[in-house]
Amino acid sequence: MSKSRKTAAIALAIGIVAPVLGLAQQQRAPSQMTPAAKSEHVAPAGAQINLGRPALPQEIAAWDIDVRPDGLGLPPGKGNVKQGEEIFLERCAACHGEFGEGAGRWPVLAGGAGSLKSDNPEKTLGSFWPYLSTSWDYIYRSMPFGNGQSLTPDETYAVVAYLLNLNDIVKEDFELSKENFASVKLPNEGAFYDDDRETAEKAFWKKNPCMENCKPEPAKVTGRARVIDVTPDSKTGPRVE
Amino acid sequence: MMDRAETPLNRRRFLGAAGLAGAGLAAGALPARAAEPEAVITEVQDWSRYLGEGVQAHPYGSPSKYEKDVVRRDVEWLTASRESSVNFTPLHALDGNVTPSGLAFERHHGGIADIDPAKHRLMIHGLVDRPLVFTMDDLKRFPGRVHKLYFLECAANSGMEWRGAQLNGCQFTHGMIHNVWYTGIPLRTLLEQAGVKTNAKWLLAEGGDASMMTRSIPLQKALDDCIVAWGMNGEALRPEQGYPVRLVVPGWEGNMWIKWLRRLEVGDEPWQAREETSKYTDLMADGRSRRFTFIMDAKSVVTNPSPQAPLLHKGPNVLSGIAWSGRGRIERVDVSLDGGRNWRTARLEGPVLSRSMTRFYVDFDWDGRELLVQSRAMDETGYVQPTKNELREVRGLNSIYHNNGVQTWLVHANGETENVEIS
Repeated sequence: MSKSRKTAAIALAIGIVAPVLGLAQQQRAPSQMTPAAKSEHVAPAGAQINLGRPALPQEIAAWDIDVRPDGLGLPPGKGNVKQGEEIFLERCAACHGEFGEGAGRWPVLAGGAGSLKSDNPEKTLGSFWPYLSTSWDYIYRSMPFGNGQSLTPDETYAVVAYLLNLNDIVKEDFELSKENFASVKLPNEGAFYDDDRETAEKAFWKKNPCMENCKPEPAKVTGRARVIDVTPDSKTGPRVE
Repeated sequence: MMDRAETPLNRRRFLGAAGLAGAGLAAGALPARAAEPEAVITEVQDWSRYLGEGVQAHPYGSPSKYEKDVVRRDVEWLTASRESSVNFTPLHALDGNVTPSGLAFERHHGGIADIDPAKHRLMIHGLVDRPLVFTMDDLKRFPGRVHKLYFLECAANSGMEWRGAQLNGCQFTHGMIHNVWYTGIPLRTLLEQAGVKTNAKWLLAEGGDASMMTRSIPLQKALDDCIVAWGMNGEALRPEQGYPVRLVVPGWEGNMWIKWLRRLEVGDEPWQAREETSKYTDLMADGRSRRFTFIMDAKSVVTNPSPQAPLLHKGPNVLSGIAWSGRGRIERVDVSLDGGRNWRTARLEGPVLSRSMTRFYVDFDWDGRELLVQSRAMDETGYVQPTKNELREVRGLNSIYHNNGVQTWLVHANGETENVEIS
């Protein structure tokens, strides 16, 4: 590349970039740029780079649909058990069963109380899930499977009310709303605790693991995957649909 | 640091204790003589005479047709649908410590999102001074771009094995892991750009796929080493790995590495999303459950020999495997051929990087006796990979997640290898 052509190319690049930078500076009002206060775990306001643009309130509202256990994020609305049953039978029961018992390998949504210590724990909204908000958030954002965000807030309140009834947590005449949402507690909430491996499993940190004659007897085979025989034939490729 | 060198004494004792022929015996045997001259040598082969394909026959190259069995595989009965399912990396057929992009296992909850990068947006909002929206072009113009090699392991890797040996192959027992190079910018850079408020403690990351996957991540981790990545092994992310952009959460369970990343919300409490309450919590024997078990404990597996890669020859053989830890570097890997009675330290080969898969080897001679092959990883924090029974004593059988127990392969006299549990 000749010197003159190179210079022209650089000039062209600057010509493209400069207006973009100017626009970005215009879009961000300096008055909104208050520096973040300092804290141990908080990112300090670093040198500002003019990349990105302010998120508009309508854009945030369109995407910010998450709901927390304290109800933060819930939209206004309400729905009762009876309404929920109708919606559930029409749009949910094909996979989850009419009473949340689950079809095939699709998730079971009701029952399982008292099963968590057994050999076959059944983890449902009633037996396992700690917070009601989880079901509301998940159903509203991604159910029915393959047609997410198709339920209205009222329909979601109704379906969640029906699930609560299936799990014997509310009566048949119950209506769930934004106002009474946070007052509904699930039975298993208190059974969750934060990761304690570094204390409960402290024995796994050991300085000098045994290297020789670590077992008194030769090891014996006690179980074999072959007996269970559930491994796909690995000589063939994956099935193509 | 422990001595990684192989001393002749250790080697002899290890092999002797395993009931193997001494090194001298195998080395003394002469290679088999060919009875007839081999045709592949004496006759000119087609590929040596006729022209092969020219350049651009394959604008994007693929592996040799002779490698067609080296593919991801799934276990159909595991899940109700293909769109919310998983497949497995063929660990038995790979070497080194970088997973080829097309073989990195997949886990989706709503299928693979098909996203035009020109239409992709990443939003940051919540407890920030400046809610912002970025295009892919914006992200790629930030200073401070990084390249890092990290493992990603699904928390449910080996989850089918809690009650005993179930799947016959390390692809299925351990294949929900991959180790690839990521290109991107520190998540911290974007958080600084938005200005995080002082009461912020958690970050919600959300994907743009049909499951709109969300996970809560402690802000401390987000500011430490997380990456917003668009590159994978030197090219764009594969669609099934989150194209055009995903989150990288080094050392922590794969479910948190949100793919198709579109939204980051800063908050003061965890959101308790489905994937951190009903899933990815660890049910213990007493019926209570651990939550926020983010870190992947140190773990290893022998990939060769293994059920899909049996021993084919007596005499010299290369035992190989991989080790990793969510807490840092792999310090040492020990290997046993007699079901954990006697151990020998393996040779670590290639770079040993923090929270990255590390390759290990043991060169050994096999006289055709039955073997019970195990590996045991140790990381730089002093954590030693426990046996499966040691894990079960603490956690019971219902945990599903975080099974990092020592794997045992039984090698039969004919070289066939199977997944077993031992006393």
